[in-house]
Amino acid sequence: MTSSLNRTALYDIHVNLGARMVPFAGFEMPVQYTSILEESNAVRTKGGLFDVSHMGRIYLSGPDSTSLCDWIQTNRIGNLRIGRARYSLVCNENGGIIDDTVTYRLDTNRYLLVCNASNRQAIRNWLDRWQKEKFPNCTINDVTTETVMIAVQGPHAASTMDELCPETPSNLKFFGSGEGIIDGCKVFYGRTGYTGEDGFEVILEAEKGPALWNKLTEKGMSSCGLGARDVLRLEAALPLHGSDIDLTTNPLEAGLGRFVKLDKDFVGASLLRKQNETGTTRKLVGLLPVGRSIPRHDHLIINNDTTIGKITSGGYSPTLDRNIALGYVSQDFTTIDQHLTIDIRGRLTDAVVSTLPFYARKKKE
Amino acid sequence: MNPSDRRYSKDHEWAQIVGDEVIVGITNFAQEQLGDIVYVDLPEVGSSVDQSSKLGEIESVKAVSDIFSPVGGAVTEVNQAVLDSPELVNQDPSGSGWLVKLAPRDASSDFSSLLTSEEYNELIENEAH
Repeated sequence: MTSSLNRTALYDIHVNLGARMVPFAGFEMPVQYTSILEESNAVRTKGGLFDVSHMGRIYLSGPDSTSLCDWIQTNRIGNLRIGRARYSLVCNENGGIIDDTVTYRLDTNRYLLVCNASNRQAIRNWLDRWQKEKFPNCTINDVTTETVMIAVQGPHAASTMDELCPETPSNLKFFGSGEGIIDGCKVFYGRTGYTGEDGFEVILEAEKGPALWNKLTEKGMSSCGLGARDVLRLEAALPLHGSDIDLTTNPLEAGLGRFVKLDKDFVGASLLRKQNETGTTRKLVGLLPVGRSIPRHDHLIINNDTTIGKITSGGYSPTLDRNIALGYVSQDFTTIDQHLTIDIRGRLTDAVVSTLPFYARKKKE
Repeated sequence: MNPSDRRYSKDHEWAQIVGDEVIVGITNFAQEQLGDIVYVDLPEVGSSVDQSSKLGEIESVKAVSDIFSPVGGAVTEVNQAVLDSPELVNQDPSGSGWLVKLAPRDASSDFSSLLTSEEYNELIENEAH
C-alpha cells in the first residue's frame, strides 16, 4: 500500500467542480463530476475534457533513440515521419504485453513516449534495462510530474482548439502532432485520444494547466472523469491494459496484429512469429449480451456447459443503449453471430459475438 | 435530505410504514455513491425475505451492489416503474424510486434496530469523510 497518493496539477479544479475523487494508479483522480452517462454523452455530441496527467510522458533522445523505440515496441518507429505518432505494444520476451503506448516523433532523434499511469514504472525499468544493455546513446527523461496532459475530445474539439490556438490544430491529420501558443503558453498537442471521437491530447507546463482547463470549459467543453473515459473507450473497443490486455495476453490474440511488425526485430518477436504461424488458441471478441445485467471482468463465457472464455471488460453503452463486453474465447467460437452464454454472478445470460468496434464515429468526407 | 418519516439501515436502505405495509428503497446517499443506475433486480411478489438478507441487486455503470431488506416480510409489490426505468432511483430515491412493498412480519421489532433520520445523517457524515 502506498501511504500517500499523487495529485495532478488539476486536482483543485476537480475538487472545486465537485468531482468524486478515487485512487487510480497511485493518483487521486476524478471518476465523475455529474454523471458518467451525461459526461459520455457530452463527448459523443459536443466535447469533453479529461485530465490524463497521470499517464506517463517520457522523452527519448540521442543517436540510439530510434533503435531503442523499435527494439521495445511491436510497431515500426524508424519510418515514422517527424510530427507523426504511432500506437504500439511493448512486449516481454514471451510476447506478453507490458503496456500499450503512443510514440510521437518530434525530431530525427527525439521521441515522446506516452504510456499508461499504472505501467509507468514498468516502462521506465524496461527502458533503463535496454538502454544499459543495448542502446547506451539514448537519454531518457520522464516529465510526467512537470507537465499536465489534457484530452480534449468530441465533435467540437477541433473547432474549440482552433479558437484558442492561432496555429490551427485542426489542420493536423489523425495521429499528427504540433506545437502552438495558447495565451502566451507553449503547448504540444497530438490529434489522438481514447474515446473513439475526434480530439486532441494537449501537453503543457503543469502550472499552466488549470488556466487551460478553465478556458476550455468556458468554451463549452464538459469536465469528464475516468468513468466516462472507460465507457467511451469500451464503445470504441479500445483495449484497456490491466483488463483486456496484460502480461498473460499477446497482441495477436488481442486482435492488435496490425500494430505488430513481424519482419523487424523487437523483444518478443520470435515468439509472436511462431504464434502467427501456428495461430492463437483464443481471441478477443466483442459480445452483445441480452438483458440488463452487465457482464464484468472475469465473468465466465460458456458454450454448452463448457467454459470457453472470460470477460475482460463489460459495461452499459449509453450511445447504443445496450450492454456490451469484450472477452477472450477459444478460436472455435469467434465467428460473428456465434451464440454464447455469460455467467453473470450465477445468472446465465445469452450473448452473441459481434463485430468491433461497437461504436465508430461517422467520418466527414 | 433524509425524511424523518421513516427509518434507515446501515446498508443505506430506508423503510417507511404506510398502513399495513412497509415501503423499501435506497437512500439518496446510496444512489449518489452508486452513480448512474442501469439495472435493478427485485424479488417476485410473494417471495419472503428476512431482515438484513439480500433483497435484490442494483447495478450502476460502475459496479453492482446488493440491496438488503431493512425489515423481514413478504413482498406484496415491486415498483415496475423502477424496473422499466432504473434511473428513477437516481432521480427520486426517497419517493417514486422506491423498490418494493412488504407485508412485515414484525415491523416494530425490526424498526427498533434501524436508525432514525438523525442517526443516519450522522452515519453518512462520517462515511463521507
